[in-house]
Amino acid sequence: MADTICRTLRDGGLEGEHAPALTIKDSKASPFGFDVFNYVLTQLSNYILAGKSQSRGLVVVAYSRSPSFYVDLLKRRGIDIASSHDWIHILDCYTDPLGWKNWLIDKDISQEASSLSSFCQDVRNLDKLYSLIIEQGLIGQGKDRFSIAIDSVSEMVRHASISSVAGILSNLRSHDQVSSIFWLLHSDLHEIKFTSVLEYLSSMVASVEPFNQAAFGQRVDLENLSMLEQNFRKGKFHVRFKRRNGRVRVMCEEILVELAGIKFTPVLSEDEIINQRLLPKVQFNLQLSEEERNERAKVVLPFEHQGNGKPIQIYDGRRSLGENKEEALVSTGKLQPDEDSGKGQIIYFRDSDDEMPDSDEDPDDDLDI
Amino acid sequence: MENQNLNLLDRALGLDGPSEPWPLSGRVVLIEDCVETSGSFVLHQLVKRSLSPTSSNVIIFVAFANPFSHYDRILRKLGCNLVTQRDNKRFIFFDMLMLRCPDEGKSSEGGLVLLYEKILKTICGLPGDKKDYVTIMIDDISLVEVAANGGSDYVLDFLHYCHALTSEFDCSLITLNHEDIYSSMERPTLILQMEYLADILIKAEPLSTGLATDVHGQLTVLNKGTSHRLGRSGNKIHNFHYKVKENTVEYFYPGSRV
Repeated sequence: MADTICRTLRDGGLEGEHAPALTIKDSKASPFGFDVFNYVLTQLSNYILAGKSQSRGLVVVAYSRSPSFYVDLLKRRGIDIASSHDWIHILDCYTDPLGWKNWLIDKDISQEASSLSSFCQDVRNLDKLYSLIIEQGLIGQGKDRFSIAIDSVSEMVRHASISSVAGILSNLRSHDQVSSIFWLLHSDLHEIKFTSVLEYLSSMVASVEPFNQAAFGQRVDLENLSMLEQNFRKGKFHVRFKRRNGRVRVMCEEILVELAGIKFTPVLSEDEIINQRLLPKVQFNLQLSEEERNERAKVVLPFEHQGNGKPIQIYDGRRSLGENKEEALVSTGKLQPDEDSGKGQIIYFRDSDDEMPDSDEDPDDDLDI
Repeated sequence: MENQNLNLLDRALGLDGPSEPWPLSGRVVLIEDCVETSGSFVLHQLVKRSLSPTSSNVIIFVAFANPFSHYDRILRKLGCNLVTQRDNKRFIFFDMLMLRCPDEGKSSEGGLVLLYEKILKTICGLPGDKKDYVTIMIDDISLVEVAANGGSDYVLDFLHYCHALTSEFDCSLITLNHEDIYSSMERPTLILQMEYLADILIKAEPLSTGLATDVHGQLTVLNKGTSHRLGRSGNKIHNFHYKVKENTVEYFYPGSRV
């Protein structure tokens, strides 16, 4: 399913359509959003290099990691961008986002620029940032389309208003040369309004959620330690796709974070999930085995019998049981056969048997209230 | 490292391996504590380990909370002489106790820019072999916020630039903050951002069962194993109890003390 996302980004948008946009969302309880971001980045890079994608280039807007981090990351995944890098460009909003190094009295401390990355020294000016992104994307691509990856929209909105961030993302999506765009967001750092705005802008929303929701937020003790441990190796991955025709599709997977990277596995069957969620973790067995279920189905309930094999006899309080031969016999909806013709019997016809289902009559109409 | 008495905290931080390269190089450590359980002992322990004879670390200690004499007294009891280390240029102390920023917002930012410049110049001024082994320690972030007149945005900008130093020079960044200050806020952005930035989170908190005489609190060390130049080490979580004594701190697993 994570691959479905990558393929959607790879295929890009049709002529005249907005580029597909992905929001990757995580929170403190399950902080794997960046791992997912790196996974998508690597997959998309592979598609671009293999010539299988609509876009021919990639612009990475790096807020939370240095350009060298991404060079190393791609190298570890088998993509050596140091040698051939005309398809990728990194806009460095990490090293000096506010131009503090320009304020330094001693200007001897210089920065290395490289052909792979260029600096953005004023992240507050989103118009300038927009131009830089487009400019970097168009270099070397000519009329070809390119993709954009923003490693932290959470960082972007620290320096600009919500509306201007929404504006730049929307403008990027609607630019003719942009094939696809994706970004990372830490949802607990923002108001719900901002997260909602970004979700509206996106055609795909991928959220990373904790494996054990209950463990989060409590003081650590022996009971929740193992759940916390699990939360830092595993997580849940929910993706919501908005189709062109307006349909929304939701899919789920499980995440496993390992040394080599992040892995996506299909989710457990529904029964197992329900069993895991509904049953509290206690020391005694609350589940029924198959045998126990069968036994339970065979049990005749107390109001259905009086323990001696005979049908029910209800004592109505006016005569003593067993004395009078005129007994009122009640069955569970069937008529009793005419065994003793000489004795009195009460044959009971239930009124409700005559009624048609869904009758318009209100059964309480005859009440005089 | 083999000659020293390694404790559970050292092991949790990966300090029980070879001391070169320094396991905390290029990593950001956040120590979170609260009023009931102060986390400064963790900071002192890290100072002691960083300045061990087998490592070549240089510490830039940015102190907003206490003067030099305070740390000197404590580290002396732990077996580390800060005066000697300061003279050897292994312990560089920035006394920020008198930092006062005027009310205007711009100047708060200006004060932090100057602090950043001071740290950067100090690192660049170190001899070649020492430049790769710098540890920046900040005690503590809540007081940086006070010095910036509550401008938590400026504090975050400053922390971002310090984070950039960890990737530029491979230095480590160790900060302390108090979690309970922010607990009443609906969205405690500063501490949340710091938790996202951190590779290693060390939390000192009381026991869930309440007060005890033999145990002062519990430490939870979460090693995120964030993708790092030297490769991933995998997410790991460690939890153990501690007792702060006069000359040392004892760490032990729950129930293992007689």
